[in-house]
Amino acid sequence: MKILVCMKQVPQKDAPLKLNETGNWIREEVSYEVNEPDAYALEEALRQKEKHGGEVVVITAGPARAQQVLREALAKGADRAVHLEDNAFVGLDALNTARAFAAAIKEEKFDLIFTGLQSDDYGYAQTGVVLAELLGWPHATIIMQIEKNDTRIRVKRELEAGFFQYVDMPLPAVLTIQSGINKLRYATLIGIKQAKNKPLRKVAMAEVQAAVSANLQKIERLYVPQKTKHTEFLEGPPAEVAKKLTDKLRNEVRVL
Amino acid sequence: MSETILVVVEQREGKLNRVSWETLTAGQTLAAETGWTLEAAVVGSGVAALAQEVAAKKVAKAYAVESPKLEPYTPDAFAAGLKQFLDSQQPKLVLMPHTYQVRDFVPKLATAMGRTAITDCIGYKKDGDKLLFTRQMFQGKLCADVSFTCDAPWFVTFQNGSFRGDQIAEGAAAAPVETFNVEVADAVVRNKPQEVFKEAKQAVDLTQAHVIVSVGRGIKEQKNIELAKQLADALGGEVGASRPVCDSGWLPMDRQVGSSGQTVAPKLYLALGISGAIQHIVGMKGSHTIIAINKDSEAPIFEIADYAVVGNLFDIIPPLIEEVKRAKAGG
Repeated sequence: MKILVCMKQVPQKDAPLKLNETGNWIREEVSYEVNEPDAYALEEALRQKEKHGGEVVVITAGPARAQQVLREALAKGADRAVHLEDNAFVGLDALNTARAFAAAIKEEKFDLIFTGLQSDDYGYAQTGVVLAELLGWPHATIIMQIEKNDTRIRVKRELEAGFFQYVDMPLPAVLTIQSGINKLRYATLIGIKQAKNKPLRKVAMAEVQAAVSANLQKIERLYVPQKTKHTEFLEGPPAEVAKKLTDKLRNEVRVL
Repeated sequence: MSETILVVVEQREGKLNRVSWETLTAGQTLAAETGWTLEAAVVGSGVAALAQEVAAKKVAKAYAVESPKLEPYTPDAFAAGLKQFLDSQQPKLVLMPHTYQVRDFVPKLATAMGRTAITDCIGYKKDGDKLLFTRQMFQGKLCADVSFTCDAPWFVTFQNGSFRGDQIAEGAAAAPVETFNVEVADAVVRNKPQEVFKEAKQAVDLTQAHVIVSVGRGIKEQKNIELAKQLADALGGEVGASRPVCDSGWLPMDRQVGSSGQTVAPKLYLALGISGAIQHIVGMKGSHTIIAINKDSEAPIFEIADYAVVGNLFDIIPPLIEEVKRAKAGG
C-alpha cells in the first residue's frame, strides 16, 4: 500500500504565545513540534507498511522550519517527503491547504491518505475531509483501527461518549487518525542517519498557486480569552496551600 | 426578501440530540439580532415526527429532509442530501452542533458547494453589518473572531455547551412542517457502516461520582497515579483522567473525561496536571466547583477554575491528603 501522511508543525504545547503587532496571529518566535495526532497518523502508516508492504510518503505545508517535521518522520521510517515551502502556507484556510496538497500530489497514486484528526493550533478538523472531497475519494474520521482485506478496508470509528462503529470502505480513501490508535515509536540512530539520504521534494507556492484561491474565511482578531469565572489563586508553601485547600473543601465546597 | 438562518439539528435513532436545542437557541438569538428568518431541518429517514417536535419551538418553519439512504448515517449521503436541500433553499447561514457526526460531513458538504465552514465556535459577535464567529485556537489558549469572505451559504458549527438549550423559546403556535425528499443515488454512498457499539460494559460510571480527582499529562508517570487514587479515596471520590493519560494506558479508557469519554458534573472536580484542552473541558465544565493544580500559570484550565494553585502537584498533593484525612477525622 502506498500511503500519504499529511503532517503539520504547531507551537509546542507548553509554549507561551505572544500576539503579533496586527493582532491576528502569533509571533513566530516560539518552539515548534509535530502536531500530536499527526504523529499517530504517521505511526499507523508505518505499521500498515510493515504489514502489507508499500511506501510511506509524508507531506507538510509551511516555512523552512516545518522541514523538521518531515526529517523526524523520515528518521522514523517514512520513505520520502514533500515540503510545500512558503511562509504563506501558514495562513491558508483548510480548503486552500487541501487544494495545495491535492495539486502537489496530482502525479502520484496513493491507496490511503492519513491526517491527524485535527491540528493543535487551528483545531478546525477539516483538511483531511476537504482533501477527500477534492479528490473524489471516500473518507472516515476519528479512526482507531484499520484492517485491510483485498481492495477494501474496515476501519473502527470513534463516536461520542464511548461508542464505536466499524465502517467498510473501498480504496483509495482518506482517514483522519485519532490520538492513541497505537504506541508511538522513537527514531533510532540509524534511522536518523538514513533520513539524511532520503528524498525530500520541495514545492514552491508558485507551483500550486493555480489551485488555490483567496481564503474563504478570515481571522479578524486573535486575543487572550476573557475570563468569565472568578478564580481564586491559593498561594504559599505546599503545606500552607494544602491547609487553605482543605479549608475551602470543608467550608465552601462542603465535601468534607 | 429576508435572509434565512437554517439550523440543522441532529437526531439519532429517532431522538433529537440534546445539543440540537443549544444550536436552535443560538439560531434564535442570531435571528433576533439580525432580523433574519429562522428555519430548522431534521435530516434522516422517517423524521417527520422530529420535525414536528422542532416546529413547536420559535422557528418560522421546520423541514424533514428525507431519504431512505440517509439511514444509517454516512457522510456521502448526508453531504449529497443536504446539498440538494441547500441548493434549493439558499439560506444565508447554516448552523449545526459540533458533534462527531457533523465534523464528519460538514467539511465535505461545504467543499462540494464551494464554500467553507467555521467550525467549533463558542459564540458570535455582530460588528456593524459583519458577523464574527468566535472560536478557540491553540488548545484554548487564544480566541479568534473569524468572518466569512465568501458568498453564502455560510456554515458554522457550535461547540457543545456554548448556548443554553434550556433557554430555547417556544413558538406561539406550531410552525409549518414541510417534507423535502432528496434523491441519493446508490453509487453515491461508498461507506458501509456497521452497528454502533460500546467497547465493554463501563466499569465506572463517573457521572454518578460527587467528587472526581482527575489527572493529566502533568502526572508524568504511571506510578504517580497512585497519588491521585489516595487523594480520591480520602475525599470519597473517583479517579478520572484526560485523554493522553488513557492513551498511554496508565488508566483504562472508562476513566476518561471529555468529548470522547464521559461528560461529568460532580460537586467537586479536582484537576491535577491537566492543561485544559477544549476536548477535556467540554466534558467537565459543568462541575459545581473546579479546583486546578498546574505548574503552568497560563494553562487554560485556570480560566474555568474556582480555585487555582500554580505549583508542583507532587509537592502539594501529599500534604493535602494528610490535611483531608485529618479534617475527616474531625481534626
